[in-house]
Amino acid sequence: MSLAMIDEMAAKPAPWLSGEGPDSFAVLSSRIRLARNISEFPFPPAAGTDVREKLIDYVSAAFDKIPVLKNGSFYRSADIDPMNQKFLVERHLISPEFMRDGIGRGLYIDDQEKISVMVNEEDHLRLQVISSGMSLADCWEDANKVESDLAGIVEFDFNDTFGYLTSCPTNVGTGLRASILIHLPALVLTRKIDDVIGRISKVGLMVRGFYGEGTDVLGNLFQISNQTTLGRTEEEIIDSLAKVSSQILEYEKSAQETLMKDAPEQIEDKVWRSYGILNNARVLTSNEVMNLLSALRLGLSLELTDKITYKELNELMIMTQPAHLQKLVGREMGNTERDMIRANLVRERLGGSGKS
Amino acid sequence: MLCQDCNKNESTVHLTQIVNNKKVVLNLCKDCAEKRGFHSPFENMPFPLAEFVTGMVGIGKSAPARPGKKPGKPKKCPFCGMSFEDFGKVGRLGCGKCYSTFRNDLTDLMRKIHGSCEHRGKIPAGTSNAMKPVREERLLREELKRAIEKEDFEKAAELRDKINELASKV
Repeated sequence: MSLAMIDEMAAKPAPWLSGEGPDSFAVLSSRIRLARNISEFPFPPAAGTDVREKLIDYVSAAFDKIPVLKNGSFYRSADIDPMNQKFLVERHLISPEFMRDGIGRGLYIDDQEKISVMVNEEDHLRLQVISSGMSLADCWEDANKVESDLAGIVEFDFNDTFGYLTSCPTNVGTGLRASILIHLPALVLTRKIDDVIGRISKVGLMVRGFYGEGTDVLGNLFQISNQTTLGRTEEEIIDSLAKVSSQILEYEKSAQETLMKDAPEQIEDKVWRSYGILNNARVLTSNEVMNLLSALRLGLSLELTDKITYKELNELMIMTQPAHLQKLVGREMGNTERDMIRANLVRERLGGSGKS
Repeated sequence: MLCQDCNKNESTVHLTQIVNNKKVVLNLCKDCAEKRGFHSPFENMPFPLAEFVTGMVGIGKSAPARPGKKPGKPKKCPFCGMSFEDFGKVGRLGCGKCYSTFRNDLTDLMRKIHGSCEHRGKIPAGTSNAMKPVREERLLREELKRAIEKEDFEKAAELRDKINELASKV
């Protein structure tokens, strides 16, 4: 399969960043991932290259028979060069693990980039459905449908006690990992975030923030996901994640109100300062952009600015990632050049002070 | 602070994860963070629980030294040849049959990881009709046991009726 479709993807932003769907002011995306293995094949980490190749042939033939998977492309890992691999990682379609040794793996992506399947990552199949906003139930519906269709053609490893069997016991049972990517700037600014994280972890969920230099959370973005996969139904897992998320959104909203009550000038200044830098800077690092866009997003949700939309914010966050920039320019670049190209792209997108 | 992986470079990436109610802080330099796959929130972060599995298996204490079992002859999966000790080292099982082979050891591990050792979710379509009542009955019996332990007899009576009803159908 040629890589033409990946080039086409690079030219447009991922649909799951459309800024649509419930609570999309704070919830960037929802994701469902199902782990499944095929009976009579050893799990990928224990399988040799020839067995892995055989499994790829077997499942890709099964994909061909499924109507929902008609409009997509299938790639073999050996055909995906390093730049495209990094691009697909930024795009949330493969894991860094997938590209580690690059042998005997496969990838299905549908043309909407909503449904994708990693073949021979840690498990034979890692089916993913991702979409914009708080849309876990919708993602689960799609994932459940594709999984059922596949189960009609291939036999999954299933055990009456442990449920669906996976390479790592942490995924066993439902094989379901549900997650949302959520923006919580006011909880970070008011220093309530640790308290919130502590509470979430008590109810079987997991929160991860990415810390850059110092104590700031990069872009104030957090990933919340279920910690356990066994002992609850898929619906129960998704419901509890959705309920807790809406609770967190309430906390975030009330923290935003507190900020506007206690320090309106400082918040307004922070928002417009960020806009000023994004609109004028000639050199921007990826981390800097993430943090400035976070401030702008806060400004948008507080109705302090209308210079940008959620869709544009989401798109800029991903279009300014290193591999995306290199796909855009069409070649590899060093850090310095990337930082300049990134600043140009941001200015153009914001319709600011032209090219340098 | 030096990077905890290489002990050479200054750590610039500080990752905090909450796993099993415990805060785990990783202080890494940029290179080691990339090696572990922590790039940015826009990339799939590797799932951290997997790394804790090897710790939880507790190999060396329980597996070989079981009373009544011959030491030095570890059980191996007949399909893929993996022993429970191998699993303890890599944290990944070899195949689906491993789950039957090491059922007892894994049941304990599941309780530690998931707080449960019983699947309650989706069932493959082919097996659902035959297995559903059996599974349901077992789950109800477990619930009944818990209700009796808690001396919630009203609920226990309700559950008993359900079990009887189910049994009459089978």
